[in-house]
Amino acid sequence: MPDIPAWLRRVAAGLVVACCLLGASASAQVPDPFAGLSQTSFNAVAASVTTLAASGAPRAQAVITALGERRLYAARTGDALYIRNGSDYVDARSGAPARPDPDTIRSVRVNNRIREAVAGALALFGLTSSDPAIRLRSADAAYDSHDPAALPVLDRALAHEADAGVVHRLREARAAALLSAPGQAGKPGDAGAVQERIDAVRILAASGGLPARAILAGLHDQPAAVQAAVAQALSSIDLRLRLWSVAQDLFYGLSLGSVLLLAAMGLAITFGVMGVINMAHGEVMMIGAYTTWMVQQAVAAAMPALAPVSILLAIPAAFLVCGAIGVAIERGLIRFLYGRPLETLLATWGLSLVLQQAIRSLFGPTNISVVTPGWLSGSLHWGGLVITLNRLAIMIFAVLVMGALSLVLRRTSLGLEMRAVTQNRRMAALMGIRTPRVDALTFGLGSGVAGLAGVAISQIDNVSPNLGQGYIIDSFMVVVFGGVGNLWGTLAGATTLGIANKILEPVAGAVLGKIVVLVLLILFIQRRPRGMFPLKGRGVES
Amino acid sequence: MTRDSSGLTRRAFGHLGLAAGSTALMAPMISGGRAAAAPSGEPIKVGILHSLSGTMAISETTLKDVMLMLIAEQNAKGGLLGRPLVPVVVDPASNWPLFAEKARQLLSVDKVSAVFGCWTSVSRKSVLPVFEELNGILFYPVQYEGQECSRNVFYTGAAPNQQAIPAVDYLMSEEKVQRWVLAGTDYVYPRTTNQILQAYLATKGVAPADIMVNYTPFGQSDWQNIVASIKNFGSSGKKTAVVSTINGDANVPFYKELGNQGIKATDIPVVAFSVGEEELAGMDTHPLVGQLAAWNYFESIDTPANKAFIESWHKFTGNSKRTTNDPMEAHYIGFNMWVQAVEKTKSVDHDTIIDAMIGIRQPNLTGSIATLLPNHHLTKPVFIGEIQDDGQFNVVWNSPAPIPAQAWSPYVAETRNLIGDWSKPISCGNFNTVTKSCVGQRHA
Repeated sequence: MPDIPAWLRRVAAGLVVACCLLGASASAQVPDPFAGLSQTSFNAVAASVTTLAASGAPRAQAVITALGERRLYAARTGDALYIRNGSDYVDARSGAPARPDPDTIRSVRVNNRIREAVAGALALFGLTSSDPAIRLRSADAAYDSHDPAALPVLDRALAHEADAGVVHRLREARAAALLSAPGQAGKPGDAGAVQERIDAVRILAASGGLPARAILAGLHDQPAAVQAAVAQALSSIDLRLRLWSVAQDLFYGLSLGSVLLLAAMGLAITFGVMGVINMAHGEVMMIGAYTTWMVQQAVAAAMPALAPVSILLAIPAAFLVCGAIGVAIERGLIRFLYGRPLETLLATWGLSLVLQQAIRSLFGPTNISVVTPGWLSGSLHWGGLVITLNRLAIMIFAVLVMGALSLVLRRTSLGLEMRAVTQNRRMAALMGIRTPRVDALTFGLGSGVAGLAGVAISQIDNVSPNLGQGYIIDSFMVVVFGGVGNLWGTLAGATTLGIANKILEPVAGAVLGKIVVLVLLILFIQRRPRGMFPLKGRGVES
Repeated sequence: MTRDSSGLTRRAFGHLGLAAGSTALMAPMISGGRAAAAPSGEPIKVGILHSLSGTMAISETTLKDVMLMLIAEQNAKGGLLGRPLVPVVVDPASNWPLFAEKARQLLSVDKVSAVFGCWTSVSRKSVLPVFEELNGILFYPVQYEGQECSRNVFYTGAAPNQQAIPAVDYLMSEEKVQRWVLAGTDYVYPRTTNQILQAYLATKGVAPADIMVNYTPFGQSDWQNIVASIKNFGSSGKKTAVVSTINGDANVPFYKELGNQGIKATDIPVVAFSVGEEELAGMDTHPLVGQLAAWNYFESIDTPANKAFIESWHKFTGNSKRTTNDPMEAHYIGFNMWVQAVEKTKSVDHDTIIDAMIGIRQPNLTGSIATLLPNHHLTKPVFIGEIQDDGQFNVVWNSPAPIPAQAWSPYVAETRNLIGDWSKPISCGNFNTVTKSCVGQRHA
């Protein structure tokens, strides 16, 4: 830790250097564009990065890249700079090999502000790339950093750019950078400059979105005409954002609904169809998630090339593993308890504790990290809508599982037997259906579907031995709310609960929102004890 | 899987009550130590009160392990006062009332000399009356919300002025943050911390409109519209940061959602008070690079003491991938301070030790000295680190010297004039410096 006065002196010196560099950047050749990088203050280093990039110094790109990768070193005394490549050093300014004493140099520390400046500066170099995709990405990054020091570079790039998409984005980036330049209120007489700023505001207003709003809302001390244009732009952006946010909340609701649906579908079979209160349902999901992790590890070890799609291999694996566990639970425990719901509840609850502790002993109590493959990370932007890819994939997955499940129930002989056994066990047995086998397979199917839910949940939630506990209550809620024994009821229940939760959350907060949903649910169940879509028919005892 | 092998070691050591056995096992692990005589005589019992099952097992199991390691090392050095140390491990199972029962068992049945335990504030609040009634000694190793000062507890974790306030200062000065999201899990620690932070930000001239407070239940997994509202809040043209008191588990989906919605640390940085190396071990850290955490210890801090500690931890667990973290260092400091007090007074009597503890100095693992203050808290250095893609922290700021803890926050109206001072003549955990009187009960 340097002593304070020296430290302050160096910050002051850094700021002076940075200011000089900013002021002089138009004249391209300042005495030493690298000097700011050897300062100890983060702000001084960050300020000098863009200036360096715009200075046109031949070694600028290499030095800034090294800074971003934390390979840039500065002498503890003096302003020498070195880049480390493996164990060798080169002088940052000349690129010549150097042999600094490792005790006299320090790594130039990088924080968020510097990282931001580096990304913006590197974007400026990308603008001259021959690949339009790289130029577009660079224009995006320049827009994000909206550093006024980049203006000359952006102007140069605009003059040469041919691709219409890149031109559009560059104009927006230029407008953002222009508006971020300070001190423009000081030149009230310059009508041209004012008009240029108003145009920039219009360009940003047309691009809409939160980043544009952030830049516009941050403008102060502008000439009155500019400020008026800003106010108008802000209100139009806000109106648009409000409309989009309705659609966005709907998406969030559907997405939460799809997770609930996946979690509840297995239960809709074991509880809904068979009438077994299975408190270990959540733990079966947890095992599905652990199976996903094991498949990922195995694939990464055996066939690294397939790692990105290992999640697809995990789907059948989790179904089979959990299905087998389900059959084992039914044969080993539940079949002795049919018709005794209280004992079933206690026994399966005990089983859930056993499974949790077993996993804890095998894999440790800490979370394990299931990797989300690249193609499931990030988001799509459509208008003002942000659609995260992992959530979208889960929605599609839930619909597919739902479709497959109803096909099995309606179109296969197993499904027919299942429904027959549920409706009238003795008559089904008299017709020659082996009811114990059907029971085991039904429970296995329900557990297998729980395993599938585990695969999906591993992509959005923690995978730890406690995973199941977070979902068991919600699952029962969905099944009861939707109507016991009815798959479509489960779908309706999950979607309704998801959307209700997500609409209430911004208004009431996450905690209160959940309470309100529960209270509404209690009132609803009191009115209609058999849920939204009660099963009708003689076979069902009421 | 890297954790199961350590599980075996852990269990093996859990049953090693006898000093002879642990000495034999530990002897080869201690390098350069003097050839110690095997401790003999009546054993000194040390209670370990950490959840080994349930929600908190994820964090607390490690602390039980580090205590077993410290005790084994002490035994290898010849025990304490020539007597062997024997760990008594109980499992309160993340069940807050059970914490009180187990504490009572440790104090009145096992008659332990000191207890090292608890993680959540609610578990500490649950055992507090037991320790005060039976006059026990508890070492509490986790950063917490402050506003408490019991004679029977030594708080070896950070108070808010040793973690939350410096972090906010860093964001204000180095990242120029003007707008604040205080996001937390809905329980006592985040609520009290946020109350203190709100009062502190108000003194710094932050308008109430520039502060957004959000609470979520334990284990929140669907962060979609909360992250969206943070994004909206951050689009007002002022630099925005999130101060997160979100509890361990819920952090993973929270950071994932931030990454998926495209919020980078350079846009809206998140500084967390409950995310350490142990929590990062279960996360994919690539989207987290640049996010911040404030602690009094990081595994990545390069000092000889820390290196030696990490080395013996890896040896003890038989797993070179096990991380170390801040509460582990707190136990390291607390245990060594207790050893010093016992050696100084040649006694394990509770009252003698409680009085002898004040003023004891113990080098911490990051190169400075921890002093036990009269308010039963420590002086601690503060580090702010940015997450790197290897799951370790890169220190971007550190306090020039260790900061003494304030048990009572000067920013909260009700506690502005309170101090804790268990040295004579005050001997009071909540002494009002204006009225010059002890407020009465022994704790909050």
